[in-house]
Amino acid sequence: MFKKRTSLYATLLISALASVPTNQAVAQMAKDKIADNAVAEPVIKVPANFKTTIVADGLGKARHLTVTDRGDVYVRLAKPVGGGGTVFLRDTDGDGKMDEQKSFGDFGGTGIALGDGYLYTTSSTEIFRYKLNGNQEVIDPNKPERIVTGLTDKGTHASKSVVLDKSGNIYVGIGAPSNACQVKDRTKGSPGMMPCAMLDSVGGIWQFKTNQPDQILKDGVHYATGIRNMVGMDWNGQTNSLFIMQHGRDQLNTLFPDMYTDQQSAVLPAEAMYELKKGANAGWPYTYYDQIQKKKIVAPEYGGDGKKEGSSEYIDPAAAYPGHLAPNGLLFYTGSQFPEKYRNGAFIAFHGSWNRAPEPQAGYFVVFQPFKNGKPSGDWEVFADNFAGMETVMSPGSAMHRPCGLAQGPDGSLYVADDVKGTLYKISYSK
Amino acid sequence: MNRVLRCSFVAGVMVSVFSFQSCAQTKNATQKSTSDAAKVSPTEVSMAAGKLVYNQNCLVCHQADGGGVPHLNPPLSQTDYVLGEKARLIGVVLNGLDAHEPINDEVYSNVMPAHNFLTDQQIADVLTFVRNSFENKASAVSVAEVKAERAKKK
Ligand code: HEC
Repeated sequence: MFKKRTSLYATLLISALASVPTNQAVAQMAKDKIADNAVAEPVIKVPANFKTTIVADGLGKARHLTVTDRGDVYVRLAKPVGGGGTVFLRDTDGDGKMDEQKSFGDFGGTGIALGDGYLYTTSSTEIFRYKLNGNQEVIDPNKPERIVTGLTDKGTHASKSVVLDKSGNIYVGIGAPSNACQVKDRTKGSPGMMPCAMLDSVGGIWQFKTNQPDQILKDGVHYATGIRNMVGMDWNGQTNSLFIMQHGRDQLNTLFPDMYTDQQSAVLPAEAMYELKKGANAGWPYTYYDQIQKKKIVAPEYGGDGKKEGSSEYIDPAAAYPGHLAPNGLLFYTGSQFPEKYRNGAFIAFHGSWNRAPEPQAGYFVVFQPFKNGKPSGDWEVFADNFAGMETVMSPGSAMHRPCGLAQGPDGSLYVADDVKGTLYKISYSK
Repeated sequence: MNRVLRCSFVAGVMVSVFSFQSCAQTKNATQKSTSDAAKVSPTEVSMAAGKLVYNQNCLVCHQADGGGVPHLNPPLSQTDYVLGEKARLIGVVLNGLDAHEPINDEVYSNVMPAHNFLTDQQIADVLTFVRNSFENKASAVSVAEVKAERAKKK
């Protein structure tokens, strides 16, 4: 059964209706209440003519999300709230707030996708799908079909993001539970394993059939490898290919203080966007991408010195961003509401860094990456900023919000989910 | 009080934190005699040295404010590990921790690497620092206590 949760707005409307029965008064009270909230809430900075509204909040640790053709929203929570790990949100009265909230599925997780009449969700070890009715509502929230089981969860990099293609396949990113494949993870002086044996089951993308129950790892196609961890992923309809954002390795300076300064370690290596064709190898843990030298560099655990160039057998990123910003959401924009330059470009939600300390942290924003003919073209720019609610974040625990998931509404609006307070933002454009 | 810096840990003759006179030096060392240094409580010496060890080895994960990183690295403020039994605390630093059991009701997904490459002195200092920073107040950790733990593990 769906679990009902009272939304702020619903409660507000009900109590307002009980005492003050005019529509105007209700609207005014709703506005005041939201204005009250806005005082404490950071104002999200967006370009001119864009507008950000909070359509829901207090959802829990909101990770990835998807929007139906009618504008209903499904959000995955890292941890279930009130027994529900997926939240269904609907704006029943058209006032722009999600006044109906129901949750279902007693497992937390990150991944979610919508396609061919099903809603797909993931835990850290499994992929499920729920059959949808004509309104894209889940028919039986208690009876998902399990399509993949037994994926690795060793704590680190365990969330499983998923993407659908147009041919009945689902792609899952399986992060490596490791920083740099050292014999002892993150331990100074511990050598890199050669070869990095874990790559046979983690650190890559696996492709499964959407319509086969209970597939395990060996039933899937090992689609791409050499990727440390990936949370933001999307299918590019123009190129008909998979794009992912890698979380680059940490701790160059703490593990190799003689080779890297604090300042270098704060920005290196790049957070890289890859276009992945079947069989691609992105080079982790043997190499990393240095966005300053614009080269693949041999990792210090594998004989690198910060300069030695990495092998050409590994693919180059499609685009590269400063280190540790944690790209957790990727979305190709296909709507027509935003101006022309945004069409077919990529939005990236950067969750924000922790591995830059003692240098100030960075990220906590949504970036726009222009694309032309299916390739990144031109400089990326910060599109939506100030989720953290402060100029400089020193410690990630102090950030008020951290953008994690992105989705596009049927009207071309952009949705951003935050996993600190469970705030759901809608960014719209009007001239 | 001048800032006290501990000299190189290579001077392996030091067995306990109370023998710091031979090793401690003040900023303007020429004027300061050992009798001056002797007034420094062992904890203060340890605190200053411990902070340096912390900044180099722990801060990246547990952050400058000891607040940790949500879901990844736990805080070092008011936890059972930090304030509780010293043997267990020393063990975490020597052997690392990969348990992912709740710490103040939250589970943290990263791993705590073993720091057995640090000297007994460095571990005593950093733990004394942690136990008396980030709103913690607890007794100092001595070199002898670290040594005993390290011996046990072998
Ligand atoms: C690579 C990141 C990392 C580094 C570096 C690191 N820690 Fe940790 N630490 C962790 C993680 C993650 C845990 C929790 C592991 C678990 O739950 O299994 C932890 C747990 C702890 C704990 C016990 C739990 C608590 O919150 O009280 C203490 C104490 C601690 N670390 C102290 C230190 C000290 C002191 C240093 C430096 C000498 C250090 N750590 C360096 C990541 C790190």
